Amino acid sequence: MKIAVLSGKGGTGKTLLSVNLAAVSPESLYIDCDVEEPNGHLFFKPQDIKTEKVNVKIPQVDQELCNGCRVCVDFCRFNALVYVIDKLIVFNEICHSCGGCRLLCRKKAISEIDKEIGVVQSGKSENVRVLTGILKPGEPSGVPIIKKLLQDEGQENEDVFIDCPPGSACVVMESIKDADYCILVAEPTIFGVHNLDMVYELVRIFHIPYGVVLNKCLEEEENPAEDYCLKNNIPILGKIPFDIELGRLNSNGEIVARKQAKYRELFQNLLNKVKKEVQHETASNT
Amino acid sequence: MKITLPVDKKSKDANISSNLGRAPYFLFYDTETEEYNFMDNSAASSQGGAGIKAAQNILDNGAEAIIAPRCGQNAANVFMTAEIKIYKNISNSISENIAALKEGKLTPLDDIHPGFHQHGGRQ
Repeated sequence: MKIAVLSGKGGTGKTLLSVNLAAVSPESLYIDCDVEEPNGHLFFKPQDIKTEKVNVKIPQVDQELCNGCRVCVDFCRFNALVYVIDKLIVFNEICHSCGGCRLLCRKKAISEIDKEIGVVQSGKSENVRVLTGILKPGEPSGVPIIKKLLQDEGQENEDVFIDCPPGSACVVMESIKDADYCILVAEPTIFGVHNLDMVYELVRIFHIPYGVVLNKCLEEEENPAEDYCLKNNIPILGKIPFDIELGRLNSNGEIVARKQAKYRELFQNLLNKVKKEVQHETASNT
Repeated sequence: MKITLPVDKKSKDANISSNLGRAPYFLFYDTETEEYNFMDNSAASSQGGAGIKAAQNILDNGAEAIIAPRCGQNAANVFMTAEIKIYKNISNSISENIAALKEGKLTPLDDIHPGFHQHGGRQ
C-alpha cells in the first residue's frame, strides 16, 4: 500500500502526518521526496545511515569531431549550449540532462558524463525504514532523486508513506504517480482552500483516489477547507486539532505518536481510516 | 566595426533596454557604413538561458562590441570567449552612446551580475 501525502503549500502538516502514520504502522517505509528541504529525518533520527550518490548525465564535447553545425545549439530549449568561433561550450548548470544534443549530433562529437546532483540516504528508526532524498542547492530539478527514491517500492509487509514536496509541479507529479492513494492535507484558512484546490485538481488528473486530512482544526471555529470538502464531496479522513502540546512536541522534532498515547490513538485511527479507504478503492476498481 | 545595443523598439529614438538577454530587440549598427539594422531578439521568450541565446545571436550577427547597462555572467562568458567588448552605456539614447563610442568615451562594463534566472528583470 503506497500512500502519498501532499498539499498545495508548505507548512500544512505533510511531514507531521506522514511521519506519524509511518510511526503507528507495524512495519513501514517512509520516503521523504521533499528533496529541496527534507526534514522527516529530523523526527526519525534514523540509525545505520547508508548514502548513495545520484548522478545525471551532462554532455561532454569532443571539439575535434564537432563541425559546428549547431543542430544541438538550436535544439536545446534551455540554451545550455553555445557555439563560439570554433568551439562548442556547455553550460553545465543550465543543462536539464535530456540527452537530446547527444542523440542529434551526426558527428558523434557529444558524449555524456556523470554529474552528481544529490544523494539518497537510507536508515532505520524502530519500525520504520527511512529514505531521504537530498538535492544539492542550485540544481534545476529534483526529479532524478525522486525517481531513485521510488525505485524502493517497499517490502510486502510494509506500508509505504511518500512525503511529497509542496505544490503541484513536476516534483509532486513524480512523487505521486505510482501511489495507490493520496492524502491531501489542508489548513482551515482561505489560503488553505486555495492550495487544497490545486492538489485536488492534480490528483483528479492522475486518477488517484484521495481523501483530505484537516489540520490545525479549532473547535467551533469556521473551517473554510472543511466547507470546500463538503461542497465538492471530497472524503474527509479526519481532523488534527490545533493543539499547543502537539505543536510543541512536533517543533522539537519529536514524533508525537511515539510520545503520547492520545496522539498515537489519533494517528492510529487516521491510519485505519486510510487503509479502509484504500481497500474500498482497490475493491471497487477491480 | 559592428556594435550591438539592446533596445525597446525598432527605431532610432528607442531607449536602451535595461536587460540584455530579454531585450525585445537588438540594434546592429555599423560604424563604417553608419547603417542601422534592427532585429527581433528571439531569446526574449526563452524558458531559460536567455542571456546565452542572446549572446549566440549577437555573435552570429558579427558584432564586435556591445553597449549595455548590464550583462549576466553566462552571456559575459560567451562574449569574453568570443573577444567581444562590452561597454557601459552613458544614457538611454542610441545616438548619444554611438557618438560616445566613436569618441572613445565609453568605459568597459564591469556590472556583470549572476543572472536573474526567472526571478525578475523581465520586461
